[in-house]
Amino acid sequence: MKNLKKVLAVVMAVALIVTCFAACGGNEKPNTDEAVLKIGVTGPLTGDYAQYGLAVKYGAELAAAEINAAGGINGMKIEILAEDDVAAPEGAQNGYNALIDDGMKLSLGSVTSGACAAFLGEAKKDNMFMLTASATAVEAIDGDNAFRVCFSDPAQGTVSADYIADNKLASKVAVIYDSSDAYSTGIYEKFDAQAKAKGLNVVATESFTKNTKTDFSAQIQAVKTSGAELLFLPIYYSEASLILSQAKTAGLDVIFFGCDGLDGILGMDNFDKSLAEGVMLLTPFTPTAKDERTQNFVKSFTAKYDKAYLNQFGADAYDAIYIIKAAIEKANVTADMDASAICDALKVAMTQITFTGVTGTDITWGADGEPVKKPIAVKIVNGEYVVM
Amino acid sequence: MEFLSTIISGISLGSIYALIALGYTMVYGIAKMLNFAHGDVIMVGAFMMFTALTKTSLPPIACIIVGTIICTVLGMLIEKIAYKPLRSATSLSVLITAIGVSYFLQNSAQLIFGAGTKQFTPLFGNGSVSLFDGQVVISHNTIVTIIISVVLMIVLTLFINKTKTGRAMLAVSEDKGAAQLMGINVNKTISITFAIGSALAAIAGALLCSSYPILSPTTGAMPGIKAFTAAVFGGIGSIPGAMIGGILLGVIENLSKVYISTQLSDAIVFGILIIILLVKPTGILGKKISEKV
Amino acid sequence: MSLFKSNKKIVSNTKNNLITYAILLGFFAFAFIWAQTGEMPRKIQNLLIPLCVYSILAVSLNLVVGVLGDLSLGHAGFMCIGAYTGAVFTNIFETVIPNDFIRFGLALIIGGLFAAIFGFIICIPVLRLKGDYLAIVTLAFGEIIKNILNIVYLGVDSEGLKASIDGTSYNAMLLEDGKTIIKGAMGITGTSRDANFIIAFVLLFVTVMASLNLINSRTGRAVMAIRDNSIAAQTIGINISKYKLIVFTIASFFAGIAGVLFSHNMNSFSASGFDYNTSILILVYVVLGGIGSIRGSVIAAILLYALPELLREVGEYRMLFYAILLIVMMIVNNNEKINDMKKSFMMKFKKNKTVSEGGKN
Repeated sequence: MKNLKKVLAVVMAVALIVTCFAACGGNEKPNTDEAVLKIGVTGPLTGDYAQYGLAVKYGAELAAAEINAAGGINGMKIEILAEDDVAAPEGAQNGYNALIDDGMKLSLGSVTSGACAAFLGEAKKDNMFMLTASATAVEAIDGDNAFRVCFSDPAQGTVSADYIADNKLASKVAVIYDSSDAYSTGIYEKFDAQAKAKGLNVVATESFTKNTKTDFSAQIQAVKTSGAELLFLPIYYSEASLILSQAKTAGLDVIFFGCDGLDGILGMDNFDKSLAEGVMLLTPFTPTAKDERTQNFVKSFTAKYDKAYLNQFGADAYDAIYIIKAAIEKANVTADMDASAICDALKVAMTQITFTGVTGTDITWGADGEPVKKPIAVKIVNGEYVVM
Repeated sequence: MEFLSTIISGISLGSIYALIALGYTMVYGIAKMLNFAHGDVIMVGAFMMFTALTKTSLPPIACIIVGTIICTVLGMLIEKIAYKPLRSATSLSVLITAIGVSYFLQNSAQLIFGAGTKQFTPLFGNGSVSLFDGQVVISHNTIVTIIISVVLMIVLTLFINKTKTGRAMLAVSEDKGAAQLMGINVNKTISITFAIGSALAAIAGALLCSSYPILSPTTGAMPGIKAFTAAVFGGIGSIPGAMIGGILLGVIENLSKVYISTQLSDAIVFGILIIILLVKPTGILGKKISEKV
Repeated sequence: MSLFKSNKKIVSNTKNNLITYAILLGFFAFAFIWAQTGEMPRKIQNLLIPLCVYSILAVSLNLVVGVLGDLSLGHAGFMCIGAYTGAVFTNIFETVIPNDFIRFGLALIIGGLFAAIFGFIICIPVLRLKGDYLAIVTLAFGEIIKNILNIVYLGVDSEGLKASIDGTSYNAMLLEDGKTIIKGAMGITGTSRDANFIIAFVLLFVTVMASLNLINSRTGRAVMAIRDNSIAAQTIGINISKYKLIVFTIASFFAGIAGVLFSHNMNSFSASGFDYNTSILILVYVVLGGIGSIRGSVIAAILLYALPELLREVGEYRMLFYAILLIVMMIVNNNEKINDMKKSFMMKFKKNKTVSEGGKN
């Protein structure tokens, strides 16, 4: 009896949702005659990493709106379909299949590395084109259908170490990274190897996990006693802002150096910009850049969305859509092609195009899917990025 | 010196855990339920204070009071809407409801305030005190956190042992039925417990976000689970136990980070917890429950 | 009189079990035929294996929570061990055992056994603890497993296996021809996707059958006696420790199997996915399905796992809806008036049949 009761309750609840769907279904836009190219993306739209997922969603939607207003690509309108994956591989896999049902023809992969690797697993089976905006792990684009806009983890680690050594920023460096995060450990590993190869002295290596990312006093103390001149932070900006404020209290006086995950720190609501004064980071995107593209992007993005989401995630996604546009025009993709045919056409076109956008100039792609572009190092001076 | 500063920051972190754990333990003692939504009440409190702080010109102390009042009301509302209908249900059913409430609060906060991380302005300034030629640095926030926590714990202990309402709470936690027969309004007492627990959570939120100044919809989740651990550690249902459990947890966490490994600090903290529970199966100050057939 | 009663109980148990099997087979037939027609949306096709995985997890957790009466918050930890050991096995022997079916079968057994061993080890401290103290110890074990696996690097090269908990020294150790299997926080990527719906369903069926047989066996009755009154059980000579160990080990074994299934259905997974939130999610299935009800666990797991996926239609309000539904379901389930109404409705429905009290399976 007891079981039946519960089952009944669950059934009732489901009935409720179904009714709700029915209601939603009625509001669907009527099909227009125009061909619509649906570009799918999964990302964390809720939960711990929602700010990054939403930034990607907004960036892509902004680009799509601009392209559509200007007449679309080859006469096709584009539509962005975004699904929530809570930054989990499982979520990305489920989201991918939901996107297929909704008519996705090509994709922006997923936002975070682990999820993107799972997304790729599905995309490979279907030969679905994938251009991820922000998944940095090597495994995330391990297939000939996959490309990315951002730098890979190893590239960022290597480039950071090179930059520090070549510009003689410091000889003794320390690292604080997130050992429970693929992005952070990926950069750290290569950084460490390259730093040693370049003759830098890595004097302290500290880490934290998702469960212990509140109190960094122990790590900061260790960095302080190690006598490091530079602290490398291959982490996201939320945690970095905590480290910066705690380092200030502890009187840690070093150069802070980060990667693209740090971008967005100045956009944090109510952020005390003096904390980030002098922080250096390698980022593909500087919102203060004076070129027209960036200026326009920043203007239209902030007009439409909260400025908290204005960071390299959004910029990468914005570029990703324009890159897809360039590739589609190059490959002459038409609306009647299926996903697999589009993928075959685009993976050739991707290696032929040269793209200039808000995250880099003259970007080209190899068949491995990695972008070839120059990293930009910026320093935060008076609360703004200054290109070095 | 390193040892001293480790201990101090451990106590600071631990006293925040302790304040949250107090809410867990009080609710558990009286309603016999694990209120997994407790951590999210902290987040709501912090968001309220953040909004008051950035959108109005109220002084910090007024912001704390506003946040605390809102949380108190919220705590009572949650109890009335989600938990009261389940008074006669098993404690596991209430646990699941609490998880539902936790998801609800997190997702509502994201929809209302956005997913972006916000920087919380420390309510007690950014200053710090230097000891031993700068070898030990203690921030004002740390000092205030420890003082407020200790004061609140003392007040709470006095309240429970000396006032009529407090003793009613004790009675309800001992035996609901008997308490009712003695003329205690059980529903009201439970409601008051939730109010106090949520008020403590709001203050803990203010302290947490002042010491570790970021704020996002998931800010409360991790401290919540740590505080739950602390409450069990100290002996769930015991108020001094929650305090000791919280502070010990903070100190152990920091010591293991400094002297063993930052990578393995979770494993070490939880490992020590298991060992302590093996020696003292009902937590440090937990009552030994004698079972009757 | 007493003989008659017990006979009746056995009959009702058998009947109950048959209903459970019928529901399971019905679910399978429905899904299988739907999939064969080619009309099944990709979204649903993709859910079939996870639904079996979470059903197995819910059933096995129900053995601990419902049948034994101990609250466990670390079930995802056992799943994690199964997922890792199974996937590592498959990756190492990918070329040695080319037959997918045999290799996957072995991976399942190995994953299950490893999880069972851990379950056994973890049960030893648990024997001393009760209630929420036990819950926190299981939660702690789950977190420890997650924390350690998150920093483990394991690879295989011409010299054999290489492992380290430090990425840099691991990279230095691994030879050129090496292949990394576990890569720290990135977890395991590229495991051969050997799982399919039929295997998953067979495993679910076996789990349910084993659980029902356990419950209806002498062991099961002893375990339930412990749950209902441990002191009384002890006085009639039931060895509490032994039975707790049995249940914990069996439950962990099946959780491990579910983990293997999970890991062979995904191109990438990492230890962070197996945190206490996952354990609590499984607990939600168990509680909503009915404590001690195997059938209920399966149904609740299927409905509740599919729920957020179906809620994708409401976009950003998805998890908010899920939360509200969770609360409403719990309140409706426990509302006396609604329950009375349902009871009287069922009474009318059953007319002359007496309402059996022990229908818990």
